[in-house]
Amino acid sequence: MKQHKQLAERDPVALLAPVVAVLLALILGAFILLALGKNPIEAYGSMLNGAFGDEGRIYNTITRAIPLLLVAVGICIAFRGGVINIGAEGQLLIGAITVTAVTVAIGENLPPLIFIPLALIVGFCAGALWGAIPGYLKARFSVNEILSTVMMNQIAIQLVLFLLTGPLIDPKEIELGTRLAQSARLPEAVGLMRLAPPSRLHAGLFVALIAAVVVYLLLWRTPLGYRVRAVGQNKDAARYAGIPVSLYIVLALTLSGGLAGLAGAVEVTGVTRRMVEGFAVGYGFSGIVVALFGRLHPIGAIPSAFFFGALLTGAEQMQRTIQVPSATITALQGLVVLFVVSSDVWVRRRASRRAAQAVREPAAVEFSIAAPEAK
Amino acid sequence: MKKSLLLLLVLSLLAFGSFANAQDGPFRVAIVMPSSITDISWSQSIYEGLLEVQAAMGGESALEIAYTEGMFDVAAAADTLRGYAEDGYDLVIAHGTQYGTSLFDLAPDFPETSFAWGTATDVGTDAGLTNIFAYEASAEQGGYVNGVMAGLMTESNVIGVVGPVAAGDALLYVNGFVQGAKASNPDAEVLVAYTGSFSDTQAGTDVANTHIAAGAVVLTGSSQMVVGAIEAIQSAGGYWFGTQSDQSVEWPGAVVVSQVYNWAPTLSDMIQKVQAGELGGTAYNLTLENGGQTFVFGKVAIPADVLAAAGQASADILSGELVVARELSE
Amino acid sequence: MEGGRTLIDILVAVSALTLASATPFLYAALGELFAQRSGVLNLGVEGIMLMGAFTSIYVISDKGFSAHPTVGLLVAMVVGALRGLLMAVVSVTLQAEQGISGIGLTMFGLGTSTLLFRVLAGGVIVAGGIGPLHIPVLSDLPVIGQVLFQQNVLTYGAFALVPISIWLLNRTTWGLQIRAVGQNPTAADAMGVNVARVRYSTVILGGALAGVAGASMSIGLTGVFQDNMTAGRGFIAVALVYFGGWSPWKVMLGALLFSAANNLQIWAQVLDVRIGGAAIPPNLLIMLPYVLTIIVLIFARDRQRREPAALTKPFERGEN
Repeated sequence: MKQHKQLAERDPVALLAPVVAVLLALILGAFILLALGKNPIEAYGSMLNGAFGDEGRIYNTITRAIPLLLVAVGICIAFRGGVINIGAEGQLLIGAITVTAVTVAIGENLPPLIFIPLALIVGFCAGALWGAIPGYLKARFSVNEILSTVMMNQIAIQLVLFLLTGPLIDPKEIELGTRLAQSARLPEAVGLMRLAPPSRLHAGLFVALIAAVVVYLLLWRTPLGYRVRAVGQNKDAARYAGIPVSLYIVLALTLSGGLAGLAGAVEVTGVTRRMVEGFAVGYGFSGIVVALFGRLHPIGAIPSAFFFGALLTGAEQMQRTIQVPSATITALQGLVVLFVVSSDVWVRRRASRRAAQAVREPAAVEFSIAAPEAK
Repeated sequence: MKKSLLLLLVLSLLAFGSFANAQDGPFRVAIVMPSSITDISWSQSIYEGLLEVQAAMGGESALEIAYTEGMFDVAAAADTLRGYAEDGYDLVIAHGTQYGTSLFDLAPDFPETSFAWGTATDVGTDAGLTNIFAYEASAEQGGYVNGVMAGLMTESNVIGVVGPVAAGDALLYVNGFVQGAKASNPDAEVLVAYTGSFSDTQAGTDVANTHIAAGAVVLTGSSQMVVGAIEAIQSAGGYWFGTQSDQSVEWPGAVVVSQVYNWAPTLSDMIQKVQAGELGGTAYNLTLENGGQTFVFGKVAIPADVLAAAGQASADILSGELVVARELSE
Repeated sequence: MEGGRTLIDILVAVSALTLASATPFLYAALGELFAQRSGVLNLGVEGIMLMGAFTSIYVISDKGFSAHPTVGLLVAMVVGALRGLLMAVVSVTLQAEQGISGIGLTMFGLGTSTLLFRVLAGGVIVAGGIGPLHIPVLSDLPVIGQVLFQQNVLTYGAFALVPISIWLLNRTTWGLQIRAVGQNPTAADAMGVNVARVRYSTVILGGALAGVAGASMSIGLTGVFQDNMTAGRGFIAVALVYFGGWSPWKVMLGALLFSAANNLQIWAQVLDVRIGGAAIPPNLLIMLPYVLTIIVLIFARDRQRREPAALTKPFERGEN
């Protein structure tokens, strides 16, 4: 039996609950800071300063949010389509490495107007392929996607290491004999434009925002999107209604992978300008968190990604200012996630009470958290 | 008239005071590292070097050290480096080659700040930058000497190498080691296997156990995951040759010698240059010759002929008679 | 172990090492299996394993309390159980989305283990813990003596857990309740089974076993603790539950397959196995276990996969 949880979009409590949850988490975090001998007020003050302190810092926060937003939008598609995609780490890497390989091979020959869209498309397609494989394995062979995506992540990591220490290594590294695991610098023509130098805010922001809107429209305003969501909500009912369920499972994972690949492409052409070891570590998992904070809605992912970016940049400033061990940041992040996720129950209880009372307006956009379907 | 005189007096006092203060106040260094300061390898060695310099300069009042460890994500590291620069640190060290691109984006925006990175050789002259130092280590030299000793100390003629990823400093060390072992013991078989990770300790143990099962009684390796391998070889009664940090502290029974990086002279030199107004432009290389690489012996008794061979190898490298190749010829 | 290079020597060595390195996977995967059979997906296993690895070795090392190894094991179980309790509260009572709660728990576990490691130990922990146990007489048998009877105590425990799990799931009332709750919680609830309590019990057990899995890595197999030493094994363990189709002995096969593939690729590197004279890049060999796991599953799939129908779905009475 399937369970549906629906939230009315306009419920202010639904938006407030995560905020309260974050505050609670930070209060608990204050105790950890005290135990470390640090002043929590100073700590959190520096955290706010780090995320929003001045224009440059806000741009930094946004820059960090961009790949998270793209990954999160992809996760939205997957979850709505009834699949759990924890393979975004690998899909992102494959997107980035493919863009690197292609652009380095082409060289400086193409004008940016062609080169950049090409790079983004290549990244999307590469990531889509890496997502399509688990999708196909699930549809055709019933290989569970948690298993296949976990494996594909590790395969992607090793593949990238192989390429960066072998065929794609920067020729300069061989020349100098330092042999570092990184690619040549990407051609200037493929670099995404910097929007507000000296900060690293880049045109990938527009790519991410457009992607969020496009995916929203796709999921809620097209027949294709309708079918994706239908499969996600109730596979059997969808099959009964004549929807080719297997195809839509593959599609959900493919699109999800494509967006993660696009995130990789945007990050490598916008931020790092070359492929290195230590690229986008953990973005796949952070993207899942961002998606869920945004209630699995592509538009909700926008503030959610920004918030998470602020959490990252703020916590890093805190670490620098009061000099706590960096692991404190990870522990705090974990606390925030646990609290926000737990606040969900409260929101849902309210929502079901309201739904029981009021007449539902057909025009209201519905959020539903689709739980993966059993076969 | 009196008021303006008073004002002038106050202002000149202030000016004098601030001039005096500019000489006081600690020199502020910030460093960003990819692993933790307890990794018994890459990051720990430079962190301890900084502490040495701090002690030599007179403590925290002379040298203030701020650090961020565990920055394995390049984008986060870039923000951190920028953050330290904005916070006004005099010298910002990016202790990881993967941070290079971020550094070159950053340096032009902070012409008053000195930056350093490694392992690297590019000081940004091509880009017109004058505030970047670079440092690298000729790990193949220390690796070679280690290998010479290992070749003579392996009773089974089998030696195992536990590597992380075949890149950078680790690769240089391994290549040097293999050459050294073959030079002192042409019959020695040097087995090489990589774990594919810098941090997977269990994998280090697994590879070590496989080497041991294949007959190795002497092992070496690089990066923080080797702690599993060292424990394995110690339990098996064999020997370990260490790199980057003194690894004999925790494993007195197994560690013969560790090739360590002596960062203090390089760091001191950088700090002095910055204090004198020279913010970059020098590329450092830690070699046996300049004392950047030294050997710290453990508690294991070493036969005299092995020490002699090691001494000879070092001498040959120092005199330039022997140049250790960075690449292995297949 | 003697060093010999005949095929038999190599097979013996690989087999022995495979059984050993399968240990953490077995504990963690079997624990997760219980949780999943009752309908809860716990992706926090990785974080719990790290906490178990750290606490067990810290307690027995001289940086900690120099306690007896058994104490270390118990501490890991208790810490793991507490983490499991946290997961149970969040996912069963508060009914949060399970996948994401698990990821949050892992992040929390990674952060706290690293933080405690730094603050309490200040550096790598080395401690002789629980060692190999040579079974008298049997361990002297040729070939199988070395493979089967010279293993670590914790390894014996892990494999013993397989028949114990089968028995618990199929022959006890609790096992029946677990399976009922996982398949159809509404019906189970109607029959008087306390769904929440059953799920709590399995998730806590899963946590305790994940703690033991971590301890088996630190005080059992490696004898050390270093930052982030589990390196993703918790997720592999969760994947193995799917691989084994929620059946304990098939999960065991999966753990053995994965470990064997990993040990074989190490041997391939050590022996410098070449294809047509060309060296194989190590990273390609390292990815083999993951590729193999997927391929095997494609061919060995069981048409009647018994996925618990209620897996990942929170249960609330009256709401269907």
